[in-house]
Amino acid sequence: MNAPAFDASADRSQQEIRRMRQRALLWLRYLALVILALLFLFPIAWSFINSIKTPAEALAVPPTYLPSEISLANYEELTTYGKIGIAQHVYNSTVVALITVAGSVILSTLGGYGFARFDFPAKDVLFIMVLSTLMIPFQSILIPLFVMIVQVDLHDTLFGLALVYITFQLPFGIFLMRNSFLAVPHEIEESALLDGCSSLSILYRLMLRLVLPGIVTVAIYAFINSWNEFLAALIFMSDQDKFTLPVFLTTIRYGIWGDVNWGALQAGVIVSIIPSLAIFLALQRYYMDGLMGGAVKN
Amino acid sequence: MQLTQFNLSWTQRRKLTGLLFVTPTVVFVTVFFIIPLIMTIYMSFHDWPLFGERAFTGLENYQELGKDRQYLKSLDFTFRYTALVTPPIFILGFILASLVRHNIRYIGIFRTIFFLPVVIGLGVSSLLWVWMLDDRIGVFNKILLDLNLAPKAQLFLGRPNTAMNVIILSVVWKTVGFTMILLLAGLQAIPDELYESAEVDGAGYFRKLLYITLPLMRRFIALALILSVIGSVLSFDQFYIMTRGGPRNSTISIVFWIFNNSFTYFKMGYGAAMSIVLLGILVALTGLQLYVLREKE
Repeated sequence: MNAPAFDASADRSQQEIRRMRQRALLWLRYLALVILALLFLFPIAWSFINSIKTPAEALAVPPTYLPSEISLANYEELTTYGKIGIAQHVYNSTVVALITVAGSVILSTLGGYGFARFDFPAKDVLFIMVLSTLMIPFQSILIPLFVMIVQVDLHDTLFGLALVYITFQLPFGIFLMRNSFLAVPHEIEESALLDGCSSLSILYRLMLRLVLPGIVTVAIYAFINSWNEFLAALIFMSDQDKFTLPVFLTTIRYGIWGDVNWGALQAGVIVSIIPSLAIFLALQRYYMDGLMGGAVKN
Repeated sequence: MQLTQFNLSWTQRRKLTGLLFVTPTVVFVTVFFIIPLIMTIYMSFHDWPLFGERAFTGLENYQELGKDRQYLKSLDFTFRYTALVTPPIFILGFILASLVRHNIRYIGIFRTIFFLPVVIGLGVSSLLWVWMLDDRIGVFNKILLDLNLAPKAQLFLGRPNTAMNVIILSVVWKTVGFTMILLLAGLQAIPDELYESAEVDGAGYFRKLLYITLPLMRRFIALALILSVIGSVLSFDQFYIMTRGGPRNSTISIVFWIFNNSFTYFKMGYGAAMSIVLLGILVALTGLQLYVLREKE
């Protein structure tokens, strides 16, 4: 670098060398990326490949790399697994997720609007109270939650589980929706307020459209988190009919219905991965907005 | 007169409306968070079976903690696990973030692929890994044997040391994308000009890393580390599903031991006392997080 480059051609060849080095580095970067990407995709791909083997081949020792025959029999076995079958558990998980989404969106929108646009007594205290939920993970208050849910006969109900999930979506949801409302200019509501529109109709007719990205983000997180949650679902549901998908799949892994049926288990893994992945891939931008808004800025 | 009266009632109505908007949220947080939190403290001073008589026992539950060998073992295990799983998540997260940092062609696809396992549940990913790690039909043993890298099939989850290592491997796969995104945000916040002027001064890769990259993204690093530590301290799914706490009760985390006491033996008062200790650890960690991330005026 220190050599004086008086000679124009030497300078040019040096530039060329630098360009070639950069090209080589770029190719190396892509090579590393491709290898890592294959490693990251491997478990999901392997699970999928095995789910479409015949049940006998899925249980072969040692395993085969590629299916000798493509079959949906593992998925079919799931439909009658453990007497109830997977459809009931997909239904349970879906209902819990949808109640959680609806509850989180409604409460976060109302609450976020309230905290962003109104003044009322004890507003700061209440806001801090809601956000403080972030500091204390639900794992440490599961015991009284369980006692309470049993007391009001909401254990073994999808609704009871969803109520708990909604609560733990709220701090994130309120924080995000409050920021969404704060980003909307005041002028937009003012004329409507002067016209005497009620606050609820302003929220519904005017604001909802403007904060829609925030609502989508809250909904995605509510869905994916409740769909994937395991510990609370394991504790609150003792009735097999009410098991959510992850809890049901654990019963297969523990061999509660006889020998561990690994082929059916992998079919179940694929069934439970698909909704989260599909929602994430379709709405990735909103998901990442939430990650940055929720994790970095607070 | 008329006008001021109107104004007053209008602001009061606004106040009432605002309060009404936040009421559902406040009710939820009170019922499902504040009350359980107070109840955890209350229960921890009681002998509290699921059914039957409850009795006030004062500090007995807390005294029992010191004598509970499995509890102490679980604390030790959880901290050891946290200490072992955090560095690989952070280092691989940093490598991935550096690799996907620049907006070169197709980079979005790679970012998405590395992040994919994050949106899969930990429970489901554990079910996927326990099968891949199986000694008979698992793919890892198949590959090891086919490549002659092992004389016979390995019982990865059957021995305490290897169980820890393979669980760490599965958790790194599942969570590293999250750390990657946090660190990526930190890397992208550093202006390119800083690197360019350092290069003019003849700084190499490691000098730039040490004097520019790491200091300037320390808040992102702190956030990534603390969130990863909190997640590890609270871990349950991977042990419950992959090892069931074994071999020889060597992989029972704190949350797992609280779960066993409260929901298998139904010693809920005792479980509550352990929860309070866990809560203390987490509040300390979150306090540390807020301290590190505080805005420097």
